[in-house]
Amino acid sequence: MLWLDKYRPKTLDRILVHEEIAQNLKKLVTEQDCPHLLFYGPPGSGKKTLIMALIRQMFGPGAEKVKVENRTWKVDAGSRSIDIELTTLSSTNHVELSPSDAGFQDRYVVQEIIKEMAKNRPIDTKGKKGYKVLVLNEVDKLSREAQHSLRRTMEKYSAYCRLILCCNSSSRVTEAIRSRCLNVRINAPSEEQIVKVLEFIGKKEGLQLPPGFASRIAEKSNRSLRRAILSFETCHVQQYPFTSKQAISPMDWEEYISEIASDIMNEQSPKRLYQVRGKLYELLSNCIPPEIILKRLLYELLRKLDVELKHEVCHWAAYYEHRMRLGQKAIFHIEAFVAKFMSIYKDFLITTFG
Amino acid sequence: MAPLLQSSQPWVEKYRPKQVKDVAHQDEVVRVLTNTLETTSCPHMLFYGPPGTGKTTTALAIAHQLYGPELYKSRVLELNASDDRGINVVRTKIKDFAAVAVGSAQRKGGYPCPPYKIIILDEADSMTEDAQNALRRTMETYSKVTRFFFICNYVSRIIEPLASRCAKFRFKPMSEEIMSSRISYICKEEGLNLDEEGLSTLSFISQGDLRRAITYLQVVPAEVVQALLAACKGGNFDLANKEVNNVIAEGYPVSQMLSQLFDAIVEADDILDEQKARISKKVGEADKCLVDGADEYLQLLDVVSITIRALTPV
Repeated sequence: MLWLDKYRPKTLDRILVHEEIAQNLKKLVTEQDCPHLLFYGPPGSGKKTLIMALIRQMFGPGAEKVKVENRTWKVDAGSRSIDIELTTLSSTNHVELSPSDAGFQDRYVVQEIIKEMAKNRPIDTKGKKGYKVLVLNEVDKLSREAQHSLRRTMEKYSAYCRLILCCNSSSRVTEAIRSRCLNVRINAPSEEQIVKVLEFIGKKEGLQLPPGFASRIAEKSNRSLRRAILSFETCHVQQYPFTSKQAISPMDWEEYISEIASDIMNEQSPKRLYQVRGKLYELLSNCIPPEIILKRLLYELLRKLDVELKHEVCHWAAYYEHRMRLGQKAIFHIEAFVAKFMSIYKDFLITTFG
Repeated sequence: MAPLLQSSQPWVEKYRPKQVKDVAHQDEVVRVLTNTLETTSCPHMLFYGPPGTGKTTTALAIAHQLYGPELYKSRVLELNASDDRGINVVRTKIKDFAAVAVGSAQRKGGYPCPPYKIIILDEADSMTEDAQNALRRTMETYSKVTRFFFICNYVSRIIEPLASRCAKFRFKPMSEEIMSSRISYICKEEGLNLDEEGLSTLSFISQGDLRRAITYLQVVPAEVVQALLAACKGGNFDLANKEVNNVIAEGYPVSQMLSQLFDAIVEADDILDEQKARISKKVGEADKCLVDGADEYLQLLDVVSITIRALTPV
């Protein structure tokens, strides 16, 4: 098992990073009055861990026995019926699914499948909670229609069905849904907290950590706990015992993007643009999300640029990312950004150096 | 400590007003509807206003009060965005329901029971234009036996022909006093203690959305907004970039951040009007981009960069 899963805290009491939130959540469910919840925060901050621990707190250890199910639903959409395939994780008391997996058909998932699940009342045995929990992942990726559809479902069946929504950016969740939930912000753990967790794991595994090693990993992790633990384990596999100078290898795609950035800085010409296109395609075909490529590219460029250009470049990055979201093909917009950057940079070189 | 609740319903549902006269702050609507209850005559209606002002509550309450629990099921059709409302549904389900005639007026068990049915179309602004167009004739043809209630946030998304067939009611955002009194009522019912200060903070945060006041939305702390603004005034791009990264890592919603940054800038005394205008324009654009689903980090960075340039003397 990966350390990531091995040391994932199972109960609210054992959570190391967001202790205060965990205690508040515990109070919330033990008072038997749990509202709908919306967890939001950057990736790797521990949203899912908290949710799983919360469900365990509600229903006891039975909630950990989940079964994975790949089901096909037949949904009647007006004149024709469509098949929707979805993977669900379910225990007796809770069901977890990512409705956005259905792509543009997500509306039907919300209107039919989720409604169906919410409608079915759980059998109320004595001592057990009289409600069930639906965990929906990535609600920020749901289309507007799907989010609209969720609104009334949340209210109508609230007596015996609680929704736990989980997303990265709460700006993309409509106001109407946000106002129906208790919003729980999960911030990314600070570097000290990451160090604490790494040292905890190191102790449990019986490893010798040279001083400063954990904090170097934490520094490189971009405040993502998941990434920190993964690179900690990678380091362990590569070389143990650790030395204090051991290199923490960056992700290979990041190196690749940094290469692209220096390519662009070195030469601004249609030919170079063509070469960069090949590299961008390479990244995209390896399933690196386009907005992450663009952000990383901006990050690399900003490191190398003069102050006057930074403002303009970051404006165009925002501009093309927005267009990318509205458009269909990501490559056009990333390439447009690269071309724009080349033109700005060349202009700048000519005016400064003649 | 709160006593253990009998029902596991959230307070938002538990304290939903059951009668029209209990609806807070919407005097105009309440007056018209109480009149309806007495005379049993009722036009088509269109309720619009920001979320959490009591639109759905009012529509459901009037329907319950007109028909009582017995007839409610057969006389009222409630459709919201969680139901499929494409053009097919309008042509079949709604039309079929609208076409059925009902018996004449007779009071049953203390309820007026007027001789028409009600169709409530909640969240009508998410209906397609085609579906709305298909409703036009249906509304007129069956106006003898059916009344339509449209509920929406944005009246501009309802096509003109539909809007002109309805009596329009705008639901105002709650005033602070109304909100406070409702919250203290709930606190009393639940046996909770809430001091004056907590109460006023709560109603300030919620900005007129009563539902949000009850569930309490987390806002960005003022220090974070001030720190970002200070970084902008400092004029150093890298420092500001670091601050933006921090905001993202802390997970604050950027849309909320923008609106608070906007407030801070408009209220600031040391910023010229022209600078304010330039920044505000950008904040507006960024907000639109966020609604389209653009990346939070890039948009906030763009706003910050414009702010730095607007504030730096040339």
